[in-house]
Amino acid sequence: MAYVTKSPWVVHYDGSSCNGCDIEVLACLMPMYDVERFGIINTGNPKHADVFLVTGSVNEQNKDVVRQIYEQMPEPKVVVAVGICACHGGVFRDAYNILGGVDTVIPVDCYVPGCAARPEAIIDGVVKGLGILQAKREAMVNGAKAIPAEEEAPAEEAPAEEAAAPAEETAEEIKEEGGEA
Amino acid sequence: MVIKVISVIAYLVLAPIVGCILAGLDRKVSAKMQRRVGPPILQPYYDVRKLFEKEKMAPTRYQDFYIIAYLVFLIGAGAIFFAGGDLLLVIFTETIGAAFLVIAAYSSNSPYAEVGAERELLQMMAYEPMMLLTAVGFYMFHGSFTVDDLVKPDTMAFLPMIGLFIGFIYILTIKFRKSPFDLSMSHHAHQELVRGVTTEFVGRTMGWIEVSHWYENIFLLGFIFLFFCNGTVWGCVIGALVCIAAYFLEVFIDNSFARMKWQFAFKSAWIVAIVLGMVNIFILQLVF
Ligand code: SF4
Repeated sequence: MAYVTKSPWVVHYDGSSCNGCDIEVLACLMPMYDVERFGIINTGNPKHADVFLVTGSVNEQNKDVVRQIYEQMPEPKVVVAVGICACHGGVFRDAYNILGGVDTVIPVDCYVPGCAARPEAIIDGVVKGLGILQAKREAMVNGAKAIPAEEEAPAEEAPAEEAAAPAEETAEEIKEEGGEA
Repeated sequence: MVIKVISVIAYLVLAPIVGCILAGLDRKVSAKMQRRVGPPILQPYYDVRKLFEKEKMAPTRYQDFYIIAYLVFLIGAGAIFFAGGDLLLVIFTETIGAAFLVIAAYSSNSPYAEVGAERELLQMMAYEPMMLLTAVGFYMFHGSFTVDDLVKPDTMAFLPMIGLFIGFIYILTIKFRKSPFDLSMSHHAHQELVRGVTTEFVGRTMGWIEVSHWYENIFLLGFIFLFFCNGTVWGCVIGALVCIAAYFLEVFIDNSFARMKWQFAFKSAWIVAIVLGMVNIFILQLVF
């Protein structure tokens, strides 16, 4: 069992969003949900982080920021896209400056749907991410390069289904993205 | 001699274990104070193991050297202390260790780490006088700087040195990096400097820093223990209890105060050193 799953430190970046998901992410840290139970700490520093939580879509201004945060994180790392905006652009999708979901600039391992994503769904997404983290760690130990998450265009009709069944959706994503996770 | 070797080995082995458990209890108690469940007691251990599993990444390759030097000097300072060595030597060795942390932060060339390093230097300036005055106070009272003599005197130093004791507790907040004086690096997330001095330390390097904090905390608590030694078992028991009480007092302070500016940390630490420390030393000079 890799220790990385016992102390996943999170760095949270809020892209082009309405701040709804942002606040839900912070709600996870509050006494009500208290993710520190699982050793999850919201560190402000990508160099200490294992999990990259992105809320909001990516635009021309912040794509470099997202990419840089991702590159500064040491392996093994996972990216969790929180909210429909981060999954594929959401309500901002048609705006002139929006590139789309987070997966347009960096590989995403886990998608958490919802507008706003509920804290339970976010925690669920991070916990799913931990499985991938463990697989990546094992890949590292075995000398193989950590499995890169497949680039995948977000499905256009996804939101309605995703919102209806968040848990199944993330589980599906894991199967597709994480392989043996 | 044999006892010295045993106590040094015991320090090397037990200090990280006790330090880790204390850090875990710290987080648990903090969580309880915030009405949360909190992480498991062994969470700091998991964190460090996790850090050792991470990829290596460093802005300069000298950084690791500085951090290892930091760890070695801190362990060395603790080893001198538990071998019954000179209290001044302990303080100086510890200061060199702290300087290596600052150099490591500077070497990374990151603005956040550099501001953190500057603040770390200011913190060192703030706590150093009080630490030295404490050592001087022990000398005035017991007539010796060596820990060997300080653990078996016939009188307890606590009451005659109460000013120095309070002053030492005050700077312990700075040394433990607790709010309101966690200027250079906070154990809590989200501060204005990202992670201060430790911003650029990744994985293994960061793990070494955590381990050295465990070592450092234990021998700082050893200082508190010295105030209560009077050559009897009861002195030791009281000393150990007060060490634990002092640690949780710092946790309590940590959770009750917001961070202050460095000016306040600096001025107040010096005022405490001058008022409590110096007056106490004058009294020791006049009375004993
Ligand atoms: S998914 Fe909804 S709540 Fe979340 S950032 Fe986008 S618009 Fe806001």
